[in-house]
Amino acid sequence: MTATVDAPPDQLTPVRFHQVGKAFGSGRKAVVALDGVDLEVGAGEFVCLLGASGCGKTTLLNLVAGLDRPTSGRIELNSSRPAVVFQEAALMPWLTAAGNVELPLRMAGVPKAQRRAKAAELLELVRLAGLGDKRPHELSGGMRQRVALARALASTTDSADAGKPSLLLMDEPFSALDAITRDVLQGELLRIWRATGTAILFVTHDVREAVRLGQRVVLLSSRPGRVVQEWDVDDAPDAVDEINTALRKVISSHAA
Amino acid sequence: MPLDVQEGSVEAGLDALDTPVNAPDGSRVRRIAARVLPPIGAIVVLVAIWQALWAAAFWPEFKLPSPAAVWGQIWELVTSGDILELFWVSVHRAVIGFAISLLIAVPLGLAIANIRVVRRGIGPLVSGLQSLPSVAWVPAAILWFGLNDRAIYWVVLLGAVPSIANGLVSGLDQVPPILPRVGKALGAGRFGGIRYILLPAALPGFLGGLKQGWAFSWRSLMAAELIATSPELGKGLGQYLHDGMSLSDISMVFAGIVLIFVVGVGIELLVFRPLENSVLRARGLTSSAR
Repeated sequence: MTATVDAPPDQLTPVRFHQVGKAFGSGRKAVVALDGVDLEVGAGEFVCLLGASGCGKTTLLNLVAGLDRPTSGRIELNSSRPAVVFQEAALMPWLTAAGNVELPLRMAGVPKAQRRAKAAELLELVRLAGLGDKRPHELSGGMRQRVALARALASTTDSADAGKPSLLLMDEPFSALDAITRDVLQGELLRIWRATGTAILFVTHDVREAVRLGQRVVLLSSRPGRVVQEWDVDDAPDAVDEINTALRKVISSHAA
Repeated sequence: MPLDVQEGSVEAGLDALDTPVNAPDGSRVRRIAARVLPPIGAIVVLVAIWQALWAAAFWPEFKLPSPAAVWGQIWELVTSGDILELFWVSVHRAVIGFAISLLIAVPLGLAIANIRVVRRGIGPLVSGLQSLPSVAWVPAAILWFGLNDRAIYWVVLLGAVPSIANGLVSGLDQVPPILPRVGKALGAGRFGGIRYILLPAALPGFLGGLKQGWAFSWRSLMAAELIATSPELGKGLGQYLHDGMSLSDISMVFAGIVLIFVVGVGIELLVFRPLENSVLRARGLTSSAR
């Protein structure tokens, strides 16, 4: 414990997997979603988790988010509460955009004035300043997803965790959006990542998206999900073809 | 970044293009007229048919009164001030009965929705009670409590509690499962999740249950008042109707029916409809043309 306290925050690894496995059900009918996964996300690092359907990407994210528990191995979490953005924005329809961003702060008992200021600041960050009074149904899909991002970021601001690195988990957040919006939001996400310095674990099945966004791309196999290969794509933007080939190989191994 | 014509301008343009456009509403007078005129027209047509049937003397006068005679009865109640007593006796009973029902039904609904054993045990019972006409309880209530207010409230409760509880249960059941999950990811504990996520999310269904609960409590009350008549009970609309029957005064009977209808519909329109509309509109669940 003392070692972690002494280490400066940027030295901490927000999340580290030790041989993590997850099975649903038990006995012979059990479905193994994840098997022996070793993975780590460094402070401020942008990691993309790539895989076909059924590779346990979402399961893995749920484990980090604390929505589910691993059946074997352990997850070492050194970050403040991970922020989660889901595929759907899932905004609370009875709250305004600002109300949604304030929700995690309200549940954490943050005083009203402070909540307001924080929500305004986060809406500004996702370029929605001045739209805080809008209801979710009055916003476009891309705007809703940005509100969801601001709300997720609000959930990490927990005073008890001050000094710990932050971690943002994203589960195919742009896959339900049209191509232009997705393209713009990918740019926005990179900007926000640089502005906040948060570590990001981003799940996707889109190779181009993974290569454009991530510093590191991790390919998972399907059923059971295992780490197949990793690429440092920060200085190899032409890795798309290579990763595509690897992904196809993983998928075709299920044809038989 | 090849895309950035100017920092953020593509995004701002997308936002402007993507934002749902709301058609501007017409003038206020027009909107109100469009709402109010159709039902008034329907009533006028109905009264005209009634008048024609009466004028044709299809049925003898003691079976079908003229609209004017019924109106005369109502007007007499208004001028003598008796209508206030009738309304007061019935409406305050209905409101008190509804309020007690609410106090019982909300914990009951929460228990059924959240505790599996309770749901399996008494869930079907509560749903079943909803289809049992609460008038069926009148004889038992009179035998247990005698001819007094307690008997009447018992009948009202058995009418309203099941529908309010069922409304709450179905409201909670229809909450999209993603919302509580998101709540948990945002740091909601067990109570925070119920207070900030589940209850607000279930509100539309709950309001539907309240509306139905009101209709049931009003109906049950009228049935109880109609059957359980006694001088001690005071004179409500149900007793008024009963008196009309005893006096073989068909215009009085019709006047009673009209008044019961007016109160039941009036409270729904004045209280529940605006409440429901404002909740649904805030969530984008209704078009403004409803």
